[in-house]
Amino acid sequence: MQLIACPWCGQREEIEFSYGGQAAVAYPADPASLSDEQWARFVFFRDNPKGPFAERWVHSAGCRRWFGAVRDTRTYEFLSVGPLSATTARPSVLPEATP
Amino acid sequence: MADTSMLVRHPLEARRTQLTELSAELDGVALELETPVAAVDLRLDPADPGPAAVADVAGGPLPAQPDTWTELVAGQALRLGPDEWLLTSTAARPEDWEFGLDEAAAEFGGTAVDVSAQRTTVRVRGASARRLLASGCAIDLRPASFPRGRCAQTLLGQAGVLLVAHGVDTRGDDDLQLFVRPSFAGYVVDWLVDAAQEFRRPT
Repeated sequence: MQLIACPWCGQREEIEFSYGGQAAVAYPADPASLSDEQWARFVFFRDNPKGPFAERWVHSAGCRRWFGAVRDTRTYEFLSVGPLSATTARPSVLPEATP
Repeated sequence: MADTSMLVRHPLEARRTQLTELSAELDGVALELETPVAAVDLRLDPADPGPAAVADVAGGPLPAQPDTWTELVAGQALRLGPDEWLLTSTAARPEDWEFGLDEAAAEFGGTAVDVSAQRTTVRVRGASARRLLASGCAIDLRPASFPRGRCAQTLLGQAGVLLVAHGVDTRGDDDLQLFVRPSFAGYVVDWLVDAAQEFRRPT
């Protein structure tokens, strides 16, 4: 089974972890001003790159801490793990949200 | 307040005799239920001076390293996460244990919550104890990487457990403690009993 390096606990089996989706999806600054389509874009639309992807994971059977990881979606190889804040560098999901 | 001390009993009390009888038939493994203890979950900023101040009240240093535990005057301090510890006491009443620690932690923005009923304890002893657990647990349990002083939250079979390594004595007899949620305790004991069958003494 694949081992994932939890930043706190070290190498543990993949089964102990849960997936948290794409990392750093910014909450809209003014949610009330969004159109339905823009809101749907924020809630449902995620990147789907072929290659490195910044994700959130939680070590649910261990220390129960969330952390960020960059995973290669082609090989499932974890390229890096770290605190959530370190994986926030990504373009906004709401390019057309500006009024 | 009403005296509740008479109500504290091990959730697996009904299995105690079964485990004692089984242990007598096993070679190098003994399973045993432990007396329930007072336990408190401490959430606290790990930066100084919070942990040191709480340690004064707890009666021993809090473990500084991930996945380790230290001995208190009458209990244990187990590190569960970057800002989380489990503090047990065999001497204090749960309410007093919580109150004292919470008072000390509150000063540094931390909290302590009584979780005495959250986990129950099974002790696995004997030279084959690590082999028994290793058949259902993915972490490296060899004494070199899981010596006395280590603890780990992981899965045993399908259930989440907190594994605690106690002494490896001179004869190589191991002593591991297993914290498990009461609702999973029946499953874990079933699992242990099943896994222990291969350690039966040849008749």
